[in-house]
Amino acid sequence: MSELKPKLTANHLVFDDNDPQDELVTLNLGPTHPATHGVFQNVLQIDGERIVSGVSTIGYIHRAFEKIAEHRPYYQITPLTDRLNYCSSPINNMGWHMTVEKLLGIEIPKRVQYMRVIVMELARIADHIICNGILGVDTGAFSGFLYVMQEREFIYEIFEEICGARLTTNIGRIGGFERDFNEVAFEKIKAFVKRYPPILTEFEELFNRNRIFIDRTSGVAAVDSETALSYSWSGPLLRATGIDYDVRVHEPYSSYEDFDFDIPVGENGDVYDRYMVRNEEMRQSIRIITQALEKLENEPKGVFHADVPEFYLPPKEMVYNNMEALIYHFKIVMGEIDPPKKEVYHAVEGANGELGFYLISDGGRSPYRLHFRRPSFINYQMYAPMSSGMLLSDAIINMSSLNVIAGELDA
Amino acid sequence: MAKLDHEALLSSLRRQFDGQINELDRTFGLLTIETSKDAIIEVLRYLKTAPELQFIYLTDITAVHYPMNELSMAVVYHVHSLVNQTRIRVKVFLDGDKPQIPSATILWPGANWMERETYDFFGVIFVGHPDLRRILNVDEMDVFPMRKEYPLEDPNRVDKKDFFFGR
Repeated sequence: MSELKPKLTANHLVFDDNDPQDELVTLNLGPTHPATHGVFQNVLQIDGERIVSGVSTIGYIHRAFEKIAEHRPYYQITPLTDRLNYCSSPINNMGWHMTVEKLLGIEIPKRVQYMRVIVMELARIADHIICNGILGVDTGAFSGFLYVMQEREFIYEIFEEICGARLTTNIGRIGGFERDFNEVAFEKIKAFVKRYPPILTEFEELFNRNRIFIDRTSGVAAVDSETALSYSWSGPLLRATGIDYDVRVHEPYSSYEDFDFDIPVGENGDVYDRYMVRNEEMRQSIRIITQALEKLENEPKGVFHADVPEFYLPPKEMVYNNMEALIYHFKIVMGEIDPPKKEVYHAVEGANGELGFYLISDGGRSPYRLHFRRPSFINYQMYAPMSSGMLLSDAIINMSSLNVIAGELDA
Repeated sequence: MAKLDHEALLSSLRRQFDGQINELDRTFGLLTIETSKDAIIEVLRYLKTAPELQFIYLTDITAVHYPMNELSMAVVYHVHSLVNQTRIRVKVFLDGDKPQIPSATILWPGANWMERETYDFFGVIFVGHPDLRRILNVDEMDVFPMRKEYPLEDPNRVDKKDFFFGR
């Protein structure tokens, strides 16, 4: 396996000096290719099946979110964050809400924080399901994908019960949730927590000790921790190399410090380790959700938002009958809240790594500047350099295990 | 390990870079300092390598455009000390007409795309960058769209003026 270890070279094609006899083939992998799961273009120079060098072209679905955000009131930016990592939108939504709440100095009740933790961990599971399921497909095993994809459907049903949407959720509001979780939602969450671990075990039994799967993934695209850190990797990819950096532990937000969970780390940083780290993270997420459900029992019922009438929309019947509520409703809808003139950086542990929001407020109705620190964008830049020396088929599963989401890559 | 104390961090930086470090802000527990473009690489190198600091993780590089300021372009670095669980924000203010700053790729290869993105949207030239091309926008583009002089929508449209909405 050692000869497959990627060599890090400059991120550009070397057309002239390394191919005097014109023996190498230039291959366009993407922008639309069934093996790339999204709009990714890589121009590769290949020698037989081995990649000599490559260059990534990104930006095919760039939608200028940062520019649009400078012209929108804060609450209208939430739908933009949906479309970053659309496999785990709730994490992006919550990260954005928490950023604004940090700026406005809103104190969130514990019950809401635990509800947010439940939603975020469900989203993390949904994201890891896709990544690991598709990794199975790319290594030639389709059935595992189908087993877990059904579970993702149950997670989406929970989201649907909570907020009405499934994929681009726009879940929650600045200051809390738009409505309380109903009984059905709680029942579905409890049912999911029960039914998922055995299914995950079944999935793991298909893959963990599978000869073909290990041959295809073990030692492939191995990255050492020093390189991963110097390329600012984060999330499961960094943890697979052995660095235990997780924003949930380093800078706990939304009361993650109240929960007891482990951060799984790998050793070799190869595709197999990333797969194992993600699997274990799903188990830890279930652990967190179970604890959150227990903690919710001890919290006052019916609290689903902070008591901040100047930032949180009042209920509709109040708007019609109460002067204050009408004023606040109007001001909030028109975006006329008074944020302080401050800068805030808030990071959450997205499914792919550290998702950061750098928000500069000049006191106006929309951000003066909003920058997303998108883990996929930063993780993906190593893809082309690390591909050189790899087999083409290994590069494909390397891309699956990086779990680059085109929406997050291009913002 | 405990978080680094802001005072200790500042005095350590000031001792090393006499007169080149300006404290801007420390809201939300995040120390923000300002330095000059001549000192930036040395400041980042010191942050990265000083054994008591160890800001080894480059979280992000971006820029902010302040057209009303004399030095209208700010390049912002977020750096993270994983061992000390501390973040720091470093800002450099540049001349907006000709923003030039040394590239941080010699310290972190991962700065490559972050700087390309900043160049793509703000036109900041990172001197010494190995491959400074546009990254998200098309290569043929001749403006830097995140600068404030470029409006979001077509300025010639008349149906979306603030006037019609009482603003």
